[in-house]
Formats: sequence, structure tokens, C-alpha cells
Amino acid sequence: MREYAIRTHNLSREYDGEVILKEINLQLERGRIHAIIGPSGVGKSVLLRLLNLLERPTSGEIYFDGKALKENNYLKLQRRMTLVFQKPALFNTSVYENVAYGLKVRRENRGSIAEKVEKALGIVGLKGYKHKRARDLSGGEKQRVAIARAMVLEPEILFLDEPTSDLDPRNVAIIEELIKYINREFKTTIVIATHNMFQARRLAHQASVLFEGRIIESGNAQEIFTNPQDKRILRFIEGKIIF
Amino acid sequence: MDYILSGLKEAFRLLLSFDKETYTIIFLSLRISGTAVLLASCLGIPLGALVGLHRFPGRGVITTILNTCFSLPTVVVGLFLYLFLSHRGPLGMLGLLYTPTAMITAQTILATPIIAALSLVAVKGVDPAITKSAISLGATRIQTTLTILKEARVAILAALIAGFGRVITEIGAAMIVGGNIKGTTRVMSTAIALETGKGSFELALALGIILLATAFLINAGLYYLQRIRE
Repeated sequence: MREYAIRTHNLSREYDGEVILKEINLQLERGRIHAIIGPSGVGKSVLLRLLNLLERPTSGEIYFDGKALKENNYLKLQRRMTLVFQKPALFNTSVYENVAYGLKVRRENRGSIAEKVEKALGIVGLKGYKHKRARDLSGGEKQRVAIARAMVLEPEILFLDEPTSDLDPRNVAIIEELIKYINREFKTTIVIATHNMFQARRLAHQASVLFEGRIIESGNAQEIFTNPQDKRILRFIEGKIIF
Repeated sequence: MDYILSGLKEAFRLLLSFDKETYTIIFLSLRISGTAVLLASCLGIPLGALVGLHRFPGRGVITTILNTCFSLPTVVVGLFLYLFLSHRGPLGMLGLLYTPTAMITAQTILATPIIAALSLVAVKGVDPAITKSAISLGATRIQTTLTILKEARVAILAALIAGFGRVITEIGAAMIVGGNIKGTTRVMSTAIALETGKGSFELALALGIILLATAFLINAGLYYLQRIRE
């Protein structure tokens, strides 16, 4: 039987009466990489923010482990997942302090924090960077710090919002390898929002295509990429402009 | 021109001879204004963060009031406080009039809105993505607010500098509620006024130069701190 980390039921989000997401029904399998694909501006980032509980939906439900969300368990749930943004919003401090942040707010002990941070920096290829100022790093390095900052928490669910959109091919490859590594090693459920169909194809087990605020197709990634039911997806795969 | 040169000479003489009265005035000024800025920080920074980071009814009104208080005349603050602390005032029984405590209270009232308004601008200037990152990484509301304040630290330090600059040089409130009593409430600004009134321009100028130099040293120290924090 399939186990879902997150399910949504008719999830909608409006801003000042404008509908951004409409009746989103998602089933995100535990331990899989799930791509939310769609052109820019269709609401992918908003969807991730809703799932990461950074915003409240206008209507609809989110279920974690099959249970509906309750107001009193937001922090507890939030600490089981994290989001890496398109532009890594690093704190104006050292690389070490950035990566240690989530552990410090959870009040872990110093020794354990130091050990975990060192390990995470090693994995993302930034060993020896811990004393550098995070904001002085290159774009690719900053994104790797952001991923290390998320990875060190060993979240059950990791959301990635266009994590490579501003990066050069070499850094794209590094980040993609890291995403696969995190999914493989920690069995983390990963939800990646991307407009890059090729990236989704390289990474995802499952995919959902978002268009004009609605999911137009969802399911096994390879099936969607090879035999899409919706013509707009076929045109999107072929690299045509679909809006 | 002679006045200025004589004033400079006198300033050096007073400082280098460790003139007791001069140093009493300097340290009293620093103690009163330093304490006032410390208290104003404790009130103003959280107030600025609260108004800057949360949406609630009346937020615009509070922001406007804080900005208006930038031009709050010191004599008006002194007058109101005098009315409260005088024998016939509601707080007259405390016997605080003409004490350093009254001066600290007045200066705290003057510095708080400045520190609050500039802290408000400082926290609003922090990238909203930082806030979202902190929450996403598991920070509680208080931890998120502290993170934002830490991100805005350079601008908040500038708010403290502005607050200190406002109170160390103010004279209206200090004169009204302090009374310029030698050894007790005589600070640099009130001493300058007194010496000018007596026609002792050289001493007044010397004190003025010392006041400027003290403010410069403190600001240089804070600027150095800012650079480190940056």
C-alpha cells in the first residue's frame, strides 16, 4: 500500500480575489522525488509555501501522514520539513552559522551541531568554508549552503523552489546530484518546483503539471514525460510556448 | 576667532589637568544619556519590531506618531514632565524633580520614538525571504523576530547613534527637570548654557568642544562596532 507524506484536498489560494491556485489535489508518496512542473507564474512557489505552512490556504485541506492539519501543531509539523528558496536567503553571518541555524533553534547541543554542520558541508563540497561570510560566496556556493542548511535538519520532506534556475550547468549538475543523494541516503520526500522539464525528467519519480493554477496531470513522471494525456504538456515537453 | 582659540586651549587644559568639575560633568552626562539610551533601546527596539513586522489596526497611526516625535521639542517634554513631577503634580510625591532620574526619564522619552521609528525602518528593510527562511527552518515567532533584528543590526546600531546624539546634546528638558544643579544634575549642555549666560565664553566653548569630542568618540566607537558587525 502506498504511503503518502502529504495529501491535499481541493487546496485553493487567492490573493485579493485573484485565484492563484484552484482545487489542487495532490498525493505525494513518501520517500520519492516529486516534481511540480509548469511555466513561470503558474503558482508553483505558492503551492510549496502552502505545503510548507508558510501561508494559509484560502480553502481546502492539507493532510500530513493522513491527518488533517490543526492550528496547534504548526511548529511541530514545520520542524519536520523545510524549504530551499529559488534565491538562497542566507543570513548575514558565516557559512557555519547559516548551516547551524535550524539546529540551534531546535536547541541541539553544541557538539552535535558542530559535528552535523561539518558533515553537511563536506557533503555539499564546502569543507573549509565554515568561517567564510555566506553572502560573499558565488551563486552556486550559496545555493549549496542553503541545501546544507536544510539537509542538516534531516527533514522528512524537503521542498525545493526552482533551486537551480539562476545557476550555470556545472552547479546545476552538483545540485541535482545532491538532491538525488539526499533522497537516496535519508529517504527524504522531495518536492521540487521547476519550469525545467529536462530537470524534472532527470530527477523525479512522480510529477504534477501545474497550469493556470490547476493540476492538469499528475502521476508517474516517466509516463507523463513519454505519454502525456494533456496536449498542453506535450507542447511543453516539445519546448513550445504554451501560454 | 580669539574666543575659539582660547576655547580650544581651555578645553585641553581642563581635560589634561583632570579638572574635577569638568570630569564630573562629562561622566554625569554620559551616565544620564547612556542610561536613557539603554532604556529607550529596551522600549524602542521591541516597539519598532512589533510595528514593523506585524499588521494590525492602528499600525499607520503609530508609525505617524513615532515619526512626528522626531520633531518633539525637548522643552515641551521637559515641561510636561515638570508638571507631572512637581510638588502639585500627580507624581510629585516621588520627589524626583531636579534629580538625574528625572533627566533620564526625559531623555528616555525623547530617544524612544527615534530608536523605535528607525528600528521599524530597519526591520522593514530586511529581505522578507529571510523571515520565510527562518520560519521554514523551524524558528518560533520569537526566534524569527530575533533573527530579523540580528539581520538589521547595523541599521539598529545607527538608530542607537541617532538616539544618543539627540539626548547628549539636548538642553531644554535637562534644564527644566534637572535644574542644572552643580555636581548633581549639571551636564555638558546645561553647563554650556550657564557659562554662556555668565559671559564665560571661553569655558562655554571649551565645554562645547569637549561635548563634541565626547560625542565624536562615542560615535566613532559605534561606527567601528558597525563595521565589525557588517
